[in-house]
Amino acid sequence: METISHDILVVGGGGAGLRAAIAVSETSPDLSIGIVSKVYPMRSHTVAAEGGAAAVVKPEDSLEAHAYDTISGGDWLCDQDAVEAFVTEAPEEMIRLEHWGCPWSRQPDGHIAVRPFGGMKLERTWHAADKTGFHLLHTLYQTSLKYGSVTYYDEWFVTRLLVDEGRCRGLVAIEMASGRPYAMVAGAVIMCAGGAGRVYPFTTNANIKTGDGMALAYRAGGPLKDMEFVQFHPTGLPFTGILITEAARAEGGWLLNKEGYRYLQDYDLGVPNPEPVKLSMELGPRDRLSQAFVKEMEKGRTIETPHGHVVHLDIRHLGAKVIDTELPFVRELCLKYENLDPVKELIPVRPVVHYMMGGVHTDMHGSTPLPGLYAAGEVACVNINGANRLGSNSLTELLVFGARAGRAAAEFAAGGAGSANGAVLAQALDEERRLQATLVDSEGGRERVSGLRNEMQAAMDEGAGIYRSAEGLESAISTIRELQERYGDVALDDRSRTFNTELVASLELANLLDVAEAVLHSALNRTESRGAHQRTDHPDRDDERLLSHSLAFRTEDGVPRIEYDPVTITRWPPGKRVYGKQVS
Amino acid sequence: MTEPVTFEIQRYRPEVEDEPTWESFEVPCRPEWMILDALNHIKDHVDGSLSYRWACRMGVCGSCGMLVNGEPVLTCATYVTSVLPGTVRVEPLRGFPVIRDLVGDITDFVRKLERVKPWIVRESEKPLEEGEYLQTPEDLGEYKQYSMCINCMLCYSACPIYELEPDFLGPAVIALAQRYNLDSRDEGSQERMDILSRQEGIWSCTFVGECSTVCPKNVDPAGAIQRYKVTATVDWFKSLLMPWAGR
Repeated sequence: METISHDILVVGGGGAGLRAAIAVSETSPDLSIGIVSKVYPMRSHTVAAEGGAAAVVKPEDSLEAHAYDTISGGDWLCDQDAVEAFVTEAPEEMIRLEHWGCPWSRQPDGHIAVRPFGGMKLERTWHAADKTGFHLLHTLYQTSLKYGSVTYYDEWFVTRLLVDEGRCRGLVAIEMASGRPYAMVAGAVIMCAGGAGRVYPFTTNANIKTGDGMALAYRAGGPLKDMEFVQFHPTGLPFTGILITEAARAEGGWLLNKEGYRYLQDYDLGVPNPEPVKLSMELGPRDRLSQAFVKEMEKGRTIETPHGHVVHLDIRHLGAKVIDTELPFVRELCLKYENLDPVKELIPVRPVVHYMMGGVHTDMHGSTPLPGLYAAGEVACVNINGANRLGSNSLTELLVFGARAGRAAAEFAAGGAGSANGAVLAQALDEERRLQATLVDSEGGRERVSGLRNEMQAAMDEGAGIYRSAEGLESAISTIRELQERYGDVALDDRSRTFNTELVASLELANLLDVAEAVLHSALNRTESRGAHQRTDHPDRDDERLLSHSLAFRTEDGVPRIEYDPVTITRWPPGKRVYGKQVS
Repeated sequence: MTEPVTFEIQRYRPEVEDEPTWESFEVPCRPEWMILDALNHIKDHVDGSLSYRWACRMGVCGSCGMLVNGEPVLTCATYVTSVLPGTVRVEPLRGFPVIRDLVGDITDFVRKLERVKPWIVRESEKPLEEGEYLQTPEDLGEYKQYSMCINCMLCYSACPIYELEPDFLGPAVIALAQRYNLDSRDEGSQERMDILSRQEGIWSCTFVGECSTVCPKNVDPAGAIQRYKVTATVDWFKSLLMPWAGR
């Protein structure tokens, strides 16, 4: 087995991974960096983010206001020291992106334009029309090419982290084109592999969002934090799950039930106004809007379609000019995927799994409890998003904490490149044998990857949706346990080494199953309702017992053990989330 | 409501065959399905070894370009019904070595991307504390179109020159160079000219224009190349008339 050595390995070539790699290059130009990504960097899911990235820029805005919106939006589960660092470093990260060429939308005088966003008191969302993630990713990727210290391992799939003497020493990855596994050793590994939306059947997430980074860290002993908090975005297109950005509502779009009524007024989100009002109605936070949809459906006031119940998003009154300037992608997506023109027609939408607030447990510097392992972006949980992330905080998060993780890892790795000691190589050889066996042993198996995946997604949808209960969660837990066992009997049609996408899909399924279990157990143990985690059997927030982060540790038999860590409160004691009224 | 559609799919398994072959699948297609949905149906239910790339399924990641009935398209954004009636033929994009089935090798493109310095080049950097470079919506409009490229490779697949001249930088790379050349923040156009004005740069292009026709994002790489030819020609004349002015 060949060994490759770098000072730093970054897993994932999306926004966080590229930002981390650039931070390493800029702080320590002598360090060699390898970016190991299962897709070409520009295919990474950052590409799909639409609405924007939050950072205070207007003179009437303040860092305190951004911090408060984030903390109250997160239902007080955010670590406030981390949020303070986040809002403080956000503006300079945005400017840095501007200097690197990001085509941010502009005001007539040439200054940056910002738009309002859900749960944000003032306009602070920087955007590149409604393709912000796309432009941000391409800008980062193209900029990363100018540093000579980065080697790109494109279409390499990471299967295991190598840990020796309590320190992360590297990883094993398969070069997909050849099917060959490599031992890759490094002084530090930065995990930036993104989210896990594909654990559910209906998601905005790309096919590649299979929780790989979470599962890799989890198996290596790094706990997963706050996994019960799964964000349902209120406006996905039925059937495809394609996201219609919150910017559509920020520009003035309305949500209508089947009677054409702006139903959010019935859910303590304010009174309807023709113009958008910040922190009110359609500009409320995502958790509350998705919960309102469920209640509206229960009242029989949603529209039934072949692809589930929907409500309507109405942006017709914005006119073609605003739509084409500010929301061109929304129009393109509706025309292409729904055969309708939002300039003239209503857009059918329903809540869709969008984002994992939880992830690999890190501190403010991206460090995990496993020395040598860092994490940033959606794969990580710092936690600045609390129980519900505000729209446009995630792109900013991957920049701020991608850079922080890069700098911290660079400092850690400066002590010397990873060396391939005997114990590490023995682990890598073990992994090579396991992968070989996965290919060979799958002959005669009875289970299909797609079959198990579908059953898992159905169980998660049923048991861990917008509203949960002990009964539903327990039933999903037993289904996933059974699927874990049946996974051992997976058959692969594909025995080839060359670009074996079925083998990768089966390894991804193993990752998804581990993530699913962490979500379910964390959700079962949290006997309260907070943010995106709503328990019908425990409808209230319980700060007395549960103003704390859940930590899921993998145990010998694979079932997670849940522990708790207190939330860090600095300046904003737990309070009530208020929307729809003038908040001072 | 489903309709049975016959897919003829090009297979290539380098471990078992020397040449690509064709395999036929009957797929019960729903009216709302894209070509990609049909491929996923085959992979999930019929033959898990069928190999292809896809990710976002919303036309923005650029992974799933293939030839469908001979035309380069994004399979996640092409309805099955739009290519009926008749058999649907799916092949890998032309112009790239095939790794496996519908998966082409695009390393050549990635290497060329780097050669045109697709990043902001400046003599001196403004400190972050001084804020953003001002850029009016009109300035932004100068290059915005060329910044929309998703690197899906459809233009390379459509380009008759790229197939014949392996050194040709190709439509997307030249459009990207122009994206930075036309950005009011950039000062790197002279550096980029060294590579762009060579034979393998813009001058290989005979302006067939197929690249712009197939582009799913209306980037118009052909327009970028033509525009650059004018710039380069003017520059060349200037260097003849005023050699002391430098290039």
